[in-house]
Amino acid sequence: MEYMTKTLKEIHKDLKDGKVTSAELIKESLKRSHEVQESCNAFVTILDDAKEGKVTDNILSGIPYGIKDNYSTKGILSTGSSNTLKDYVPFFTATSIENLDKAGAVPVNKTVMDEFGMGGTGTTGHTGIVTNPWDHTRMCAGSSAGSAAAVAAGVYPYATGSDTGDSIRKPAAYCGIVGYKPTYGMISRYGLFPFASSLDHCGVLSRCVEDAAIVVDNMKGIDKNDMTSWDSSKINLEKALTGDVKGKKLCYVKEICDIKNYPHASKELKEHLENFMKTVEKCKELGMTVDEVSIDQTLLNALPSVYVVISCAEATSNMSNLTGIIFGPRAEGDNYIDMMKNYRTKGFSPLIKRRFVIGSYVLQAQNKDRYFYNAQRVRRLLVDAWKDLYKKYDAVIMPVGSGPAKHLDGSLDILDENTAVLEEHLQVGNFGGFPSITIPNGFIDNLPVGVNITGNCYEDEKVLNIAYALESAMPYKNQIAKEVK
Amino acid sequence: MEYKVMVGLEMHCEISETKSKVFSSAANCYSEIPNTNVRPYDMAFPGVLPVVNKEAVKMALMASMILGCKQPEYMYFERKNYYYPDMPKNFQITQETKPAPVGIYGKLDYECNGEVKTVRINNIHLEEDAASSDHYATTSTIDYNRAGVPLLELVTEPDFRSADEAVAFLETMRSIYQYAGISEADSKKGQIRCDVNVSIMDASLDESDMKNWGTKVEIKNVNSFGGVRDAINYEITRQMELKENGTYDEMEQQTRRWDEDSASTIYMRSKVDAIDYKYFVEPNIPKFKLSKEWLEEIRKSIPELAPQRKAKYINEYGITEYDATIIVKEKAVSDYYEETIKCGVSPKSASNWITTTVLGYLNKHELEISDVCLTPERLSKLIKLVEDGKISSKQGKEVLYKVIEDDKEPEKIVDELGMKQIGDDNLIRDIVVKVLDEHPDLIEAHRKGKPVFDFFVGQVMKATRGQANPSLTANIIREEIEKR
Repeated sequence: MEYMTKTLKEIHKDLKDGKVTSAELIKESLKRSHEVQESCNAFVTILDDAKEGKVTDNILSGIPYGIKDNYSTKGILSTGSSNTLKDYVPFFTATSIENLDKAGAVPVNKTVMDEFGMGGTGTTGHTGIVTNPWDHTRMCAGSSAGSAAAVAAGVYPYATGSDTGDSIRKPAAYCGIVGYKPTYGMISRYGLFPFASSLDHCGVLSRCVEDAAIVVDNMKGIDKNDMTSWDSSKINLEKALTGDVKGKKLCYVKEICDIKNYPHASKELKEHLENFMKTVEKCKELGMTVDEVSIDQTLLNALPSVYVVISCAEATSNMSNLTGIIFGPRAEGDNYIDMMKNYRTKGFSPLIKRRFVIGSYVLQAQNKDRYFYNAQRVRRLLVDAWKDLYKKYDAVIMPVGSGPAKHLDGSLDILDENTAVLEEHLQVGNFGGFPSITIPNGFIDNLPVGVNITGNCYEDEKVLNIAYALESAMPYKNQIAKEVK
Repeated sequence: MEYKVMVGLEMHCEISETKSKVFSSAANCYSEIPNTNVRPYDMAFPGVLPVVNKEAVKMALMASMILGCKQPEYMYFERKNYYYPDMPKNFQITQETKPAPVGIYGKLDYECNGEVKTVRINNIHLEEDAASSDHYATTSTIDYNRAGVPLLELVTEPDFRSADEAVAFLETMRSIYQYAGISEADSKKGQIRCDVNVSIMDASLDESDMKNWGTKVEIKNVNSFGGVRDAINYEITRQMELKENGTYDEMEQQTRRWDEDSASTIYMRSKVDAIDYKYFVEPNIPKFKLSKEWLEEIRKSIPELAPQRKAKYINEYGITEYDATIIVKEKAVSDYYEETIKCGVSPKSASNWITTTVLGYLNKHELEISDVCLTPERLSKLIKLVEDGKISSKQGKEVLYKVIEDDKEPEKIVDELGMKQIGDDNLIRDIVVKVLDEHPDLIEAHRKGKPVFDFFVGQVMKATRGQANPSLTANIIREEIEKR
């Protein structure tokens, strides 16, 4: 009997009833890990020596899961999918992973990502490209590519992810699963390798909203090591999933969702937006209202640049600690400057170096106001625009990306200008620290597509309940990737 | 040509009185063993985050208040980005851009050669210290114990007109940091470091117009007050020479360093090559509002500083201004003085003993008051022995040195040396009678007003090996002469 394709509650029940043991679950998960490593190249490390966990009343106890490789794990290789940390074994564990440890969850692998989360393709990790389990000629998107591929392929019910732009929520859509990043600071970032600290979120990829809720209930909590974390002890995500959404008010942004904005729309894009409108109808059937709202196109158009400027600026500073001197494979050199230069030149991929150059440029004294401060001003305007929506609406519902997973061939993190805002709008969730969840909402050419629901800060329960109700009204819950090609 | 000197200071002082570092849970204590007070944050392992030490913020705000600065409404920090091995993150968390600093635009009165001067404070901010490094011929060593220690950087306006003024200000600040319980402010432990800005201008020009100011030269890393004095004087002379030989205008704004060995400043870099530190707000520390209540609480908790103690000593304890000045110069001495009084000694006696005998001994042996085992309790017992006439004050000094050298109680030393002062009337009288009997001629001389009285006292002292109570002896001699 296969267990790794089931929901957490189903597995937990059988564990409690003695129908299966934790050891058997781990064995199955490890076996699937090796298969998915073969087919998708999803893992940096497979923990073949993973030990069974004690089964308690905690739903997560004894059940395997995966950890994105930018979470610090004591005694376990943690590379951030970068050559600069290819041999780095931390001596401390990220707080959120410690919380899962306390719940009795059992990690079985560390998943591949775009190098340090700086990419949206799953193709820039130092161990190679991650392929989409639905179609191996396509990408999973990124940066939580390995986690998305593994959960979709039924390696385990969930894996941790991190999200700086849409790094949980886009791969979830491309792989036909659920991706949830809670309000900024609900999960401690202590031990998460930073990309852009003001935008970085921890989160989870799973196959249903309820599992995502259960996992984050266990990961979250105020942490003395992270000053941006806050006390969420009164929030119980799992209990909030009542399915009662009558009277809830949703909206979508016309400038992003209306097909008329895309005169040269591809067939996939048309189908994707039509499918989104069908999802909107489903919401109405559930008793919610969905309005079309308008946001200044000029403001929206600034969105991708704001992200690039802020994320690159913070990244170039955050990653200054990577010198190869204190940790990481130390490089040769006549002096410490040459040692650092050689290490960084050799270790980082060209994509990352490009971002460092941008980050450095926008922070230079003569450029800072024009780029960095302006980006921060526009970030504020965008967040305010969304906060205005939340005065009237419970959540914003929008399509994820411009269609199903892109082909690996010819798609190297370059944006199609026409759909730039459609591709990037989830970044608003990071600008504002909003709770944001992607769930699958259909298929185009037999490939999954997703829809996203984003709410106001601290309203995770509401956002998840809406997603839960919508998920229940559609037939894509708990789907496992079926190879189409 | 007459020149006017303009000197500004950047004074870095470690906060030594917090338990842990400013953003790290590692201990904040001076240790001879390198790299022992280090936590993952200090070594910048991936995923570590800064956590602000509330106690350090409190002390920084207290310093801001003492300097008459304005405190910010919101507290936040910034990153200063640069690559150097003394900072593994390769950025320093600091407060550069106004209104981030814990204090801006204050002023402080200080005394220089008996004159009260005022210096304007541009800002004071809280930041993390870097590791300390030692450089040898082919290698350097780094000690991360200091990395992350809370550091207060104070920036003055260029208000000092001489090296004396700059040093007098630094001494005042050291006193403030010590009295406020913020720092030991010990430059021997590297807790105080200064950057000095020096420029000169023609004395005839109006200094309120910045156009008339000279070219600013910054001197980095001067690590002692003596060094500050020497560096300023050296730089004034150097710049004057440039003026005199007509090459001053070619001098560009620059950074130099003070080289202790050659006692000179050495060119480092021009302003053109100034490093762009790419400051931005530290995203991992949320802005937090400083509540009025908390600020008020801090203001109320500012301890009594040197000027207040000095006034108390003069007005309430009745000691001289001269002695009061000596006592409050070092907080440890002032604390010692107050402890001694608490042990029951009169403020005047305590002052006399401390300013002369105790400090005399310490200065002679280059010791600090905390270095010696003469506790205030021991000193008070000693003073009591003298005041009760058990030993003479000359003997008292001898006992005091013995207490320090042998680490024993004063009474014990008095016993061991058989030093008890002879206070027995009859015993002394017998000796006096004997001395007078031997010198009838001198009694005559005394009566005629010749200065021979001290001779009698000296003879009694000689006979008792200095143990006779001097005033008692004098009284008995007078009585016995009267009788004859």
